[in-house]
Amino acid sequence: MSVLVGRGSRVVIQGITGREGSFHTAQMRAFGTNVVAGVSPGKGGSDQDGVPIFDTVADAVAATGADVSGIFVPPAFAADAIMESATAGVELTVCITEGIPVQDMIRAREVVLRTGRRLLGANCPGIVTPEQCKVGIIPNHINRPGPVGIVGRSGTLTYEVIQGLGEAGMGQTTSVGIGGDPVMGLSFPDVLGLFADDPGTRAVVLIGEIGGSDEETAAAWIRDTGFDKPVVAFISGRTAPPGKRMGHAGAIISGNTGTAQSKIDALTGAGAVIADTIEDVVRLTAAKLAGGAG
Amino acid sequence: MKLLEYQAKQRFAAAGINVPPGRLARTPEEAADAARELGRVAVKAQVPIGGRGKAGGIAVVDTPDEAYREAARILAMDIRGYPVRSVWCESGLEIAAELYLGITLDRDRRRLVVIFSAAGGMEIEQVAIEAPERIAKLWPDPFAGPMPFEIRRLAFAGLAQAPQLRGQAAKLVNGLVAMTTRLYGVATALDALTCEINPLVLTPQGSLVAADGKLEIDENAHFRHGDVAEELARDETGEDGSTGDDPFEVEARRRGLTYVHLDGDVGCIGNGAGLTMNTLDLVKQHGGEPANFLDIGGGASAERVRNALEMVLLDPKVRGVFINVFGGITRGDEVARGIIAARDQLHITKPLVVRMTGTMEEEGRRLLQEAGIVPGKNATEAAAAIVALTREEPS
Repeated sequence: MSVLVGRGSRVVIQGITGREGSFHTAQMRAFGTNVVAGVSPGKGGSDQDGVPIFDTVADAVAATGADVSGIFVPPAFAADAIMESATAGVELTVCITEGIPVQDMIRAREVVLRTGRRLLGANCPGIVTPEQCKVGIIPNHINRPGPVGIVGRSGTLTYEVIQGLGEAGMGQTTSVGIGGDPVMGLSFPDVLGLFADDPGTRAVVLIGEIGGSDEETAAAWIRDTGFDKPVVAFISGRTAPPGKRMGHAGAIISGNTGTAQSKIDALTGAGAVIADTIEDVVRLTAAKLAGGAG
Repeated sequence: MKLLEYQAKQRFAAAGINVPPGRLARTPEEAADAARELGRVAVKAQVPIGGRGKAGGIAVVDTPDEAYREAARILAMDIRGYPVRSVWCESGLEIAAELYLGITLDRDRRRLVVIFSAAGGMEIEQVAIEAPERIAKLWPDPFAGPMPFEIRRLAFAGLAQAPQLRGQAAKLVNGLVAMTTRLYGVATALDALTCEINPLVLTPQGSLVAADGKLEIDENAHFRHGDVAEELARDETGEDGSTGDDPFEVEARRRGLTYVHLDGDVGCIGNGAGLTMNTLDLVKQHGGEPANFLDIGGGASAERVRNALEMVLLDPKVRGVFINVFGGITRGDEVARGIIAARDQLHITKPLVVRMTGTMEEEGRRLLQEAGIVPGKNATEAAAAIVALTREEPS
């Protein structure tokens, strides 16, 4: 089982002819993703390694029935690409681009909401349902199918968790990177809600970090909805000083909001177990899957 | 990117927001000229941080001679690491009331929020904690911006806590509608993450005047505001090239590296923001103190690793470096060769501990070991190793 993407997903890549777009399209296809179209304004009618290219997302959707988009365009054009995708009828837009201005994202997110469709990211590594579909830049070889749902703000930490679980024999239903920006599309509660409805997901690993209060919101959601699947949470940035942006645009402690401790306390209060290291994530997830208390 | 007070005020004024008459002075002579022209003025240090007044960076003067003396004193100051390059000499205001009007990002609502309070002149964060009922908020539609009726509701809600202003509420609210519309225009045109007037002064004659200004522009939007960046660079940099920012962070920016300087002695390099933060956390968990945060981003090319190592070792406090890299599709042996080459080129003698994953990682670890670099099998063990190595007394 899986959430958001699977074997039936038909993927269009916006910015397919760029350096990142072309490299990762090849990786996605090697993974087995059904890339049905690419978009590159002005290059419609050509193809890239057999993938037909269109001038607009609307053209791509009309011709190929694409229902998931991966965006690899530069930051100045990415918010527009998100709005184009959602209004063209694409159900899930995955924006990999890092560095999009916050006010652009506020407007793009609003447009996606009004269409009733979904946005993942931006500034995210994408999404993988092992052996079925990958949209984004998560390394191919680490993913294997299994009962764990992963949702995280950090790309490389998500890879670490996927790999660590995999080495211990635990695979994933779907791994979802929601991204490191302060204003993003799908958030922790949205993805937890999807995992709640996915019978294949038996435990969830949540990878949070300093900045904002989305982890606290997730904790409240877990408590309020009675989410009954075990949650193993990992929070990075315990040593981060206030007022400094730690790599991600969203990873900043402002005043007394956004500290690691506040997130750890909230998640602990909601019944999640906190892992201090990646090895802890693996150990605690194994214990939860075996029905133990960790 | 934080603008200085006078730069923020120039932008406010251009949008039709009242600001007190003022002149910029970079020398005591210019300050004296300003006082000659404007009369009684406040001489205010232009630095991109708060708390200037408490630090002695603001003086009210009556004569050109006094202006000269105070400007000379303030221009020689260094306010929490920021050398004062200029002073803003500004006419004083008669004050009937001090209000607050600001626009900032509300991360929870994923929108800009307009904040109005009749409790101006103090930090709005402080008001939010001590008297949250004195703060009124509005989250405008990001395409339409704030509507006049929404701003009226905001204004009346904020004024409800200020009964002394009740008599002039109608006129005041009209003024606030115009001012909020203009301020929102500034915030959106400049990609501001914070755009604040505090205090917003109500004069006895009933005008609203921005007595202070704060503007912080989204770093991701630099590409749209090259002019502002240029202006800032001109104003912040003195003849010695110093900006007042942490010199290591300035150097890292020049090198195109994402780096945060910290107080400890264990250099930390990782790829990806979350992983790098976790690298620091692991060092701390094992009793070490991280010297920095340095994210080399995706992949781990030899050139990036060399650049990063060189950067981290510029800090003389650093006693050893922990490199934590998730290789992904990068080959472990290539990462290892890159690190060894960097170490040799830079003649690094301080201990290095490397933890990396990737295809061919066994081979990579063997190469590191042979080169005298400690390969950690996992990040936790590697953190323990670097902390132990940097705690040993030099022989």
